[in-house]
Amino acid sequence: MIHHTIRRVMLRRPQTADSPAAAIETRAALPAEAASEPGLQIAPTDPIVPYFQSAPGAVELRQLELDSPALEQMRAQGITMVVPLVTQGELIGLLNLGPRLSDQEYSPDDRRLLESLAAQVAPAVKVGQLVREQEVEVRARERLEQELEVARLIQQNFLPKQLPELPGWRVAAYYRPARTVGGDFYDFIELPGGLIGLVVGDVTDKGVPAAMVMAATRSVLRAAAQRLLEPGTVLQRINETLCSEIPPNMFVTCLYGVLDPATGLLRYANAGHNLPIVQSGGGVSELRATGMPLGLMPGMSYEEKEATLAPGSSVLLYSDGLTEAHDPGREMFGTGRVRERLAAGRVADELISDLLAQLDRFVGSDAEQEDDITLVALHRSGGESEMVPVLEFSLPSAEGNEREAMQRVGEAAAASGMEPARLERLKTAVAEATMNAMEHGNGFDADLAVDIAVARSDASLRVRITDHGGGRDIPPAETPDLEAKLEGTQSPRGWGLFLISNMVDEVHTESDEHRHTLELVTHLKGDGETDEPDPA
Amino acid sequence: MSQTPLEATARHTDAGTTIALAGDIDGSARDALDAAYAAVAGDDPVLLDFTRVGYINSTGIALIVGVLARARAQARPVSACGLSEHYREIFEITRLSDFMTILADGPVPAADRNGGTR
Repeated sequence: MIHHTIRRVMLRRPQTADSPAAAIETRAALPAEAASEPGLQIAPTDPIVPYFQSAPGAVELRQLELDSPALEQMRAQGITMVVPLVTQGELIGLLNLGPRLSDQEYSPDDRRLLESLAAQVAPAVKVGQLVREQEVEVRARERLEQELEVARLIQQNFLPKQLPELPGWRVAAYYRPARTVGGDFYDFIELPGGLIGLVVGDVTDKGVPAAMVMAATRSVLRAAAQRLLEPGTVLQRINETLCSEIPPNMFVTCLYGVLDPATGLLRYANAGHNLPIVQSGGGVSELRATGMPLGLMPGMSYEEKEATLAPGSSVLLYSDGLTEAHDPGREMFGTGRVRERLAAGRVADELISDLLAQLDRFVGSDAEQEDDITLVALHRSGGESEMVPVLEFSLPSAEGNEREAMQRVGEAAAASGMEPARLERLKTAVAEATMNAMEHGNGFDADLAVDIAVARSDASLRVRITDHGGGRDIPPAETPDLEAKLEGTQSPRGWGLFLISNMVDEVHTESDEHRHTLELVTHLKGDGETDEPDPA
Repeated sequence: MSQTPLEATARHTDAGTTIALAGDIDGSARDALDAAYAAVAGDDPVLLDFTRVGYINSTGIALIVGVLARARAQARPVSACGLSEHYREIFEITRLSDFMTILADGPVPAADRNGGTR
């Protein structure tokens, strides 16, 4: 019999190899004894660690000659023998024994008993350690989730509850937090004289700290905006406040504009935020004004610029969660794609849903959103680019129905005053697009309709042809290889998309899970050059 | 706009074989077009007369490419007449006009038209 108490000490190795400074911590695993038993710290660099790890069995400390602080400590605690707990080559703990109560030496039988005990205990202790690590990890995850929930709540609480109603304007806004919740925000501020303040910003960092800074920025901005009308001065004021109030490693990018809805005049200043994009009769451009992000350095000034949004113009304010989203090949979405959608005449809520659909397709369906996405789109009604619905109808998918589509759209186009040559081209494009929709989109299923919507502005006619073939990618129109077709090395078919793209001024496609839409835009009048076929 | 099935009639003249086309050139025109081309004699040049064609779609373009391919294999010259301005443009955009002579208008000289068969 062994007449003594066995003290079991758990030994934890540092969790990562790159934290050698962390001491190996040994703890009494028996809670009742924990308080009375002095803890034992063994540094990972202590030579006793490799010694125990490779020891064949029980080790008598008396015989040991090692320059080891742990050894001295153990001796001081009256430990005379140690049985290392080793499992799968890993030292996970020690059985520490004091002298036998009878003051006799441990017998070979005692040692065999202890060693066999250690061999059984070691794997069990290891399992216990793993379970405990797991629990710690789960608790950490839960805490993180809770924190994210708090961040989400703060964020949502400080975003506008409703959009401003501006006569003659269409206003739309969208905010989608990433799982980790970044610090995006936007705001509409009612100002004296019927003016409206537009804000889009992004706080560096994520989670609760970002949400707190966002809330602070918003409050300071709201207060400053009421007193000061110049956007540059407002940003300057916020910068001074934030510099003294937020942690030094954080900053805020922010675009602030003051819009006069009556005249379309937009005065704006930019603190290092993404440049707003404007679509007007003159094309698509960016609103550029220079300024440092807020909260980095006091004493900054902010360039102030102005632009007039004429009737028919649109402006998009956004955060980098949109433009810096990546596809599976790590390519960025970029501003080019955003500008393209604005150029396609998308405005307000349509622009936002169109951009989101493009973005979702770009990043792929199972990709996690990398950063918060914020979009604010304003469109000033009127002007020659304003689209007014003209005609909507549906056709069952049956061969020959493209003729009806062609005829009805043709009549609408003629009534809009479209030039005859353009009208003929549009009719051909509509017939081809309707055939594709019936055949490739709806598989000639007569129960599936092709929906056709015609709208016009002063300058152009837009035909949207929608089928049920969502979720498929339409390849871009390629120029068919006529030589290969004549030689018989390529099918003589494959002219549809090529014809469509050559028959109208613009072709846009849109898809979601269920539907696919081809949009054709034809200007009512030519600009002289495009009216003549290319002689090549 | 209802569909008008294509009628294609081959007529031999001193200048070659004229295939007079009337109706729509779409997927349903294949048989008529094939039969008319099969009636072209020897190594006659072929003139496709589109005067009475109202509608050509992409499948119709493919059928015309098929006719051109066969003619090329036989080194038989092909020309076209009676195309509306719109379809002439389409023939140019699709480059069909690089492989057939497009005649300006009502194209077949009276002498040929009345020349009867050889």
